[in-house]
Amino acid sequence: MPSMTEAASIASSAASPMTSPMILADDIHKRFGSHEVLKGVSLTLAKGEVIAVIGPSGSGKSTFLRCLNHLETIDAGRIDIEGDTLVANDAHGRARYVADTEVRRICARMGMVFQHFNLFPHLTVLQNVIEAPVTVKGMKREAILPKAEELLKKVGLLDKRDAYPSRLSGGQKQRVAIARALAMAPDIMLFDEPTSALDPELTGEVLRTMRQLADEHMTMLVVTHEMGFAREVASRVAFMDGGKLIESQPSAAFFANPQHPRTRAFLESML
Amino acid sequence: MDYVLSIIGPLAEGSLVTLKLFFITLALAVPLGLALALIRISRFTVASQAVNGYIWLMRGTPLMLQLLFIYFALPFVPVIGIRLPDFPAAIVAFALNYAAYFAEIFRAGIQSIDRGQYEGAKVLGFSYGQTMRRIVLPQVVKRILPPMSNETITLVKDTSLIYVLALNDLLRAARGIVQRDFTITPFVVAAAFYLLMTLVLTWFFQRLEKRHAVYD
Repeated sequence: MPSMTEAASIASSAASPMTSPMILADDIHKRFGSHEVLKGVSLTLAKGEVIAVIGPSGSGKSTFLRCLNHLETIDAGRIDIEGDTLVANDAHGRARYVADTEVRRICARMGMVFQHFNLFPHLTVLQNVIEAPVTVKGMKREAILPKAEELLKKVGLLDKRDAYPSRLSGGQKQRVAIARALAMAPDIMLFDEPTSALDPELTGEVLRTMRQLADEHMTMLVVTHEMGFAREVASRVAFMDGGKLIESQPSAAFFANPQHPRTRAFLESML
Repeated sequence: MDYVLSIIGPLAEGSLVTLKLFFITLALAVPLGLALALIRISRFTVASQAVNGYIWLMRGTPLMLQLLFIYFALPFVPVIGIRLPDFPAAIVAFALNYAAYFAEIFRAGIQSIDRGQYEGAKVLGFSYGQTMRRIVLPQVVKRILPPMSNETITLVKDTSLIYVLALNDLLRAARGIVQRDFTITPFVVAAAFYLLMTLVLTWFFQRLEKRHAVYD
């Protein structure tokens, strides 16, 4: 017969995927020097949800995203990833991170796609995709190869597998970056303005790949300027301005009936 | 012509000393330089400053002085005082000196890599060591090839400084013959030897650069 604590831990571990959101960010504060970039941002992301974070430049939306996977450290607030605490306030209200190995373990559940791709230029497309599973997870090259090829096929770049990133267009680079992130089998995908560095005619191919991911119920948080994507693909839209999350609504309601005057002004300026 | 052929033997012997010093120095100074560069850019302020001071000392004094110091003065230094035979003393001086120059080349190379590369690796779960080994340093190699080529060519010629320890390198061998035969022909032949060595090096680095250019 299991002891009480064992039974309790089994119960809680069974219950946590149901009850814990994928990402819980609570009252995040972040300052660069004297400039407070995030003034208490809170957001929860449920499993399978696609949230588009929109807002003017300098609103703090990219910084917020980068705080979630420890590319930036926060000054105060709490971040839980799938029920595991990454950082929380101490008794003095200052953010305290968990141990480094824990941070890495928790952040490994999130894949990230950057505005400027950040592909590894000295590796081919295929090597970019298999590098992390081999180096970080210690997988055998042959073991990851079928999955890597499948991912490249999915993003439509299997024929470019042996090309170096310098030979690819921006849209192709970004699709490789998506495949590279997916190769680590993340539970959550973070996108930091994935189409902002692309020529307009190349954004479509990247957005199509992201839409495909959303259709497969990937949990996604997307900082973007693409209103079409926010409207059509995102389940919820969050609007940030001046370091605060002004409003967050299901996307249909967000565009049909924005509540806050600043949201309305922003949406009008986008048209 | 017969005269030139007759002096090639002793000059080739001198070249062997030169080449031996060259290769052993490289084998020691490159890893040592990389280690120094990594400490220099690390967060450990004290260690980083110590390396900074070391580089200043090694670049700020003549290599010949360092050679003389390690051979003649080191035995009299309290605690660490050891007497090294001439060739090992030359190796130590050259390795310590060149490590300082290589450290600065590596540091410049590492710091020229875009921050996005570190972030890209970090979000994929790479540790700092993995990021350096697999992502940053392979890219650094390509960028530092031109300055490394410069520095190794300088090293070929700097080896001639070991004449102060009475070691029979290429130049000292040539000078011996010049003084014996009252002709400057050995100098011309020695120059040809040096040119041949640097030609091979130049060719080697050009090959490396071409190989690393595939991902441009």
